[in-house]
Amino acid sequence: MTAPLLSVRNLRVEFPNRRARLVAIDDVSFEIGRGEILGLVGESGAGKSVTGAAIMGLLEPPGHMTGGEIRLDGTRIDTMPIDQLRRIRGKRIGMVFQDPLTSLNPVYRIGAQITETMRVHANISEADARARAIALLAEVGIPAPENRIDAYPHELSGGMRQRVVLALVLCTEPELIIADEPTTALDVSVQAQIIALIKALARNRGTSVMLITHDMGVIAEVADRVAVMYAGRIAEIGPVRDVLKAPQHPYARGLMGAIPSLAKKAAGHDGRLTLIPGNMPRLSAIPEGCAFNPRCGEAIDRCRAERPSLLPAATSHVACWRVTS
Amino acid sequence: MNDAPQIKPPPKAKSTLRSRLAAVWDSDLAWNFRHSPVAIAAATTTLLIFIAAFLAPWIAPQNAFDPGAVRLDDGFLKPLEVGSTGITHVFGTDSQGRDLLSAILYGTRVSLIVGFASVGFSMVLGVSLGLIAGFVGGRVDALIMRVADVQLSFPAILIALLVFGVGRGLIHPTQHERMAVIVLIIAIGLSHWAQYARTVRGATLVERNKEYVQAARVMGRTSGAIMGSHVLPNVIGPVLVIATINLALAVIEEATLSFLGVGVPPTQPSLGTLIRVGQQFLFSGERWILFFPAAALIILALAVNLLGDWLRDALNPRLK
Amino acid sequence: MIAYILKSVGQAILVLVVVAALAFSMFRFIGDPVANMAGQEASQQDRRELAERLGLNDPVPIQFARFLANAAFGEFGMSYRQGRKVSALIAERMPATVELAVLSALLATGFGTLLGVYTAIRRNSWGAHIVMGISLIGVSLPTFLIGIGLIYLFAVELKWLPSFGRGETVKLGWWTTGLLTPSGRASLIMPVLTLGFFQLTLIMRLVRAQMLETLRTDYVKFARARGLPESRIQFRHALRNTLVPVVTIAGLQLGSVIAFAIITESVFQWPGLGALFVQAVQFVDIPVMAAYLMFVAVVFVVVNLIVDLTYVLLDPRLKSSTAVVGGGK
Repeated sequence: MTAPLLSVRNLRVEFPNRRARLVAIDDVSFEIGRGEILGLVGESGAGKSVTGAAIMGLLEPPGHMTGGEIRLDGTRIDTMPIDQLRRIRGKRIGMVFQDPLTSLNPVYRIGAQITETMRVHANISEADARARAIALLAEVGIPAPENRIDAYPHELSGGMRQRVVLALVLCTEPELIIADEPTTALDVSVQAQIIALIKALARNRGTSVMLITHDMGVIAEVADRVAVMYAGRIAEIGPVRDVLKAPQHPYARGLMGAIPSLAKKAAGHDGRLTLIPGNMPRLSAIPEGCAFNPRCGEAIDRCRAERPSLLPAATSHVACWRVTS
Repeated sequence: MNDAPQIKPPPKAKSTLRSRLAAVWDSDLAWNFRHSPVAIAAATTTLLIFIAAFLAPWIAPQNAFDPGAVRLDDGFLKPLEVGSTGITHVFGTDSQGRDLLSAILYGTRVSLIVGFASVGFSMVLGVSLGLIAGFVGGRVDALIMRVADVQLSFPAILIALLVFGVGRGLIHPTQHERMAVIVLIIAIGLSHWAQYARTVRGATLVERNKEYVQAARVMGRTSGAIMGSHVLPNVIGPVLVIATINLALAVIEEATLSFLGVGVPPTQPSLGTLIRVGQQFLFSGERWILFFPAAALIILALAVNLLGDWLRDALNPRLK
Repeated sequence: MIAYILKSVGQAILVLVVVAALAFSMFRFIGDPVANMAGQEASQQDRRELAERLGLNDPVPIQFARFLANAAFGEFGMSYRQGRKVSALIAERMPATVELAVLSALLATGFGTLLGVYTAIRRNSWGAHIVMGISLIGVSLPTFLIGIGLIYLFAVELKWLPSFGRGETVKLGWWTTGLLTPSGRASLIMPVLTLGFFQLTLIMRLVRAQMLETLRTDYVKFARARGLPESRIQFRHALRNTLVPVVTIAGLQLGSVIAFAIITESVFQWPGLGALFVQAVQFVDIPVMAAYLMFVAVVFVVVNLIVDLTYVLLDPRLKSSTAVVGGGK
């Protein structure tokens, strides 16, 4: 097997505040292969978005990496000087943010924003860039792209804008796209279209995708593998079919139990994670041992004392003493 | 889990005085204060000036407002010279023989009285109008906020000058001297109410739609009672920030008006009047007559301003 | 867009009418215009004739209409104190104030924007901290003290610059300018600095705050995620969005330069409208106060209109009202 496209090893991210150093990401490791779609699921605050930001080198101060390494195609990128990293951002790793309404600069035409991005990363004339921008807009499903290219963002609907955002991300032909809740801000009817579009684009171009979401239905639809995050740690990671069908970590089981049926879930809606009793701990109060133990019906003494490592179990990796010991 | 509508107001801490003090000490604001040398220095300076100014009648070497206490032949004494009354004039004397330290203490007192009174006046006016605008809504709201908008776009000093001029026009000339301070307070107060009104109106609109206020309405409590018990406690914070910043503005405004010669009468000089008088001696060499009052005003304005600035940043950390 | 402009103009006219009503009621109801004009020794007969001539016996709405019509031509009657036509007084003193205010405004916007951008993007540098510290003095200190400080330094100690007046002026028609003579230019330096400094610090802090806000927006984050160079993000993406709200407030600030000139003119004995107004307030010279009020209102309204129109150029969202296309939100 060749080296994975992205490899995250023992990632640790802290947000120091005046009372404590809050650990937002604690010892997270995973890999994404070429052309693979990895889903990252968990409740809000589980550390999904922070993981994405850490890979891009876009953690917001005071947050910063305090451990681990991130490699793209074998090269470490987390220690890279900013001007080198800048050439990787956008060029080799693209990122789609949650809210398409605010992701585009309101005072510039969308075409200008696309060609600007292309020309920063490649030596290409304005005319060529424009021609390719029109082709791209067509590819992401925008009707009459040769007219729309001169539109301002406010002249487009939310769904259209997210398509423009996708075009902006694809215009440099990145190898990896990090999509951070790309559909949460959209109408339900548009969500499925955008998800399908992301899947189709990734498959056609062989692009890897890290899809951050809290919607299990979306994961079931598009992901090859899935990582379940809880309180800054990975609880379970494995092939999407196995994790969905036979989750091993009690938290993952709780998540799947929260979805009425697989058929409904695959239809795409309302796979929200709500039915597990209790709440995820705040970063300032993560319990000893397994972070999930206070909510876990099967916790044993060891769960309260010792933190479980992520160990192989069947086709997946699971961080649970009940499963791996 | 708990989806029952909340009809109780946010819980009030029923705790001992001691634990409440501990909570205050532990709050973000207090922590921020303890770790900001600028805030501590500004607060200490402000407090010292306040104490010195309000104790002026007891600690000043001379009653600066009493013409009988001043000797003309003590005029233009340099700092630290001893006058015929036996007083050591630490800051020297002015052309009339008035001890400058005393004049500054009394002058600061006048400045602060005018400042506090006008801030209080604009606060009461602004908060009331804001509450009314927020609660009554409709045309009343539109009218009040429109006036506030227009006024906010004109500089306060212009409004104050106009109100002052109008006030003088309405008062009989023989009363001008006696009424000057009151007219001044009203003039400065009227130039600052709009900001309070805006803030309070915004907060009122937010509160008005909360369930506990709606519930109180359903239970038949009057608007006035609701405003008093629920809305006011929620706007105290921002109102106090505005008041702190406005105190600095009001002191400066008073000094400016007095400097322009339209403020307090020269028989009861404020810092601005003293600077106006002192400016005449800038070219003739008796610079201390200008220097000490100017320094006092600079320190006062800077200290209160720094305090207000810190308070605003501490309560709104986003912009830091 | 036409609707937007019409709305702006409509609002401008509304503000003018409201201020005019204020000025009129000052003129009509404060003190007794007849007593003020006729003087102490006038007989009852003279007074009645004067009242009739001034139209004070007409119904109030008619008086207001007449006031508006006269005001439109710049006529505000006679100054109580100086016994001259208010319009002549205003015309005589306007050039001094306008010259002072325009130069100060240019200084304040130019340097204010530059320093605001600098302190926002080099937020933690020494230079930015020093500039912010000085600006705090600028907002904290009364303008007149800054003026006196400058006089002390450059006129008393160094004797480089004149401490009062306009110096030698040149007549260009009814306009007088100090820009064409060396002494006129030297006289302008300190007043312009004094008047501009406060506005400069305000605009600088405003630009800084707005720029910091803009640098935190999603589209700036997205621009970073696309690997655009930081300088391009700051100057192309953030600055233009910063300028949209800044133009409004900066515009309003510039309007207020005219009013703040009151203080500067008093410090430097500058023969402008502000000094005239302060005298009018001291002596309750209502026609002059009313005229000055109207003058300031006109300046404000005109500046506001210009600001509204600049807005259209900066923010495309106002230019078109094209219907949103496509489905979804």
